[in-house]
Amino acid sequence: MAIEKAVLGKNQAAADRLRDRYLRSKTLVINIMSSPGSGKTALLEKTLAQLGASFRTAVIVGDLATDNDARRLSGHGAEIVQVTTGGYCHLDAGMVTKAIDEIAGQDLDILIIENVGNLVCPSAFDLGEDLRIGLLSVTEGEDKPVKYPSLFSRVEAVVISKIDIADVVGWSRPDAIAALAVAAPRAKVFELSSRSGTGMDAWIAWISERIADKKAG
Amino acid sequence: MHEVGIMNDILEIAVDAAKNAGGSKISALRVRVGELSGVVPDALSFAFDVVASSTIAAGATFTIDTVEATCLCTECGKERIGASPAACPDCGGRSIISNGYELLVSSIEVD
Repeated sequence: MAIEKAVLGKNQAAADRLRDRYLRSKTLVINIMSSPGSGKTALLEKTLAQLGASFRTAVIVGDLATDNDARRLSGHGAEIVQVTTGGYCHLDAGMVTKAIDEIAGQDLDILIIENVGNLVCPSAFDLGEDLRIGLLSVTEGEDKPVKYPSLFSRVEAVVISKIDIADVVGWSRPDAIAALAVAAPRAKVFELSSRSGTGMDAWIAWISERIADKKAG
Repeated sequence: MHEVGIMNDILEIAVDAAKNAGGSKISALRVRVGELSGVVPDALSFAFDVVASSTIAAGATFTIDTVEATCLCTECGKERIGASPAACPDCGGRSIISNGYELLVSSIEVD
């Protein structure tokens, strides 16, 4: 007997409800995904410091355990909600729905979701986001985008992080750009260092434009 | 590696469908898993053995049809194998991924 039913149908329904809700509140939602240690939290610390003055911002941060990242992100004017997945490898739309209800200020300009560090599982779960961002640090292989197409084929932007140490670790920029041309040919690419601040302006300008676009409908 | 969770969802769909059809035992379960779904077929088979044992699908034949990633040119309509949505090699048109993200319960056989 034929069934033909999507296994993640429940997640999709929850994600659709979130998308409706964000549309009504005109909140830009971004879902940041990468392997562990590629600099998601460092990027967000700097991003919040710059966005905080102009926009009402909240962050949902997913981790297997500990609230270390939430503590790092606090103090920049954004509300932070830590989701501890207890070993689960990704965030799903149900966890995000619960986390959103913990955010006191609901009138947000931007909600940033820092997904669990993992290049496979998070890509399968729609969280109702407007933009998916993949992070790739120069300490990882340049070919990560072609090795993990399930993630990189669906991102609107790729942030190449830690470029201040690119030379030291022997990062080949042409190889990385070639891999992105295969796996994510239409993704916007940012090359930056959260530590030195190089390239941060273009990233912040892009996010700010996307926030304005969402407000304008 | 969330195949056990995925298997719980698969079995919930399959068991509901079997019960709605008046069945008391599932003898076969077939799923479709895309190359870009983030699900590893071997891990899913393992999860089936573990999770199904306490359900009406215990002992069922579990079959996974894997789906290769393909891209479709939105201009000339040609489809090609692979997960790279780069410009169409034939006409240079914009390509989209047309297959590979699937994760579906295809069918069951009920006794």
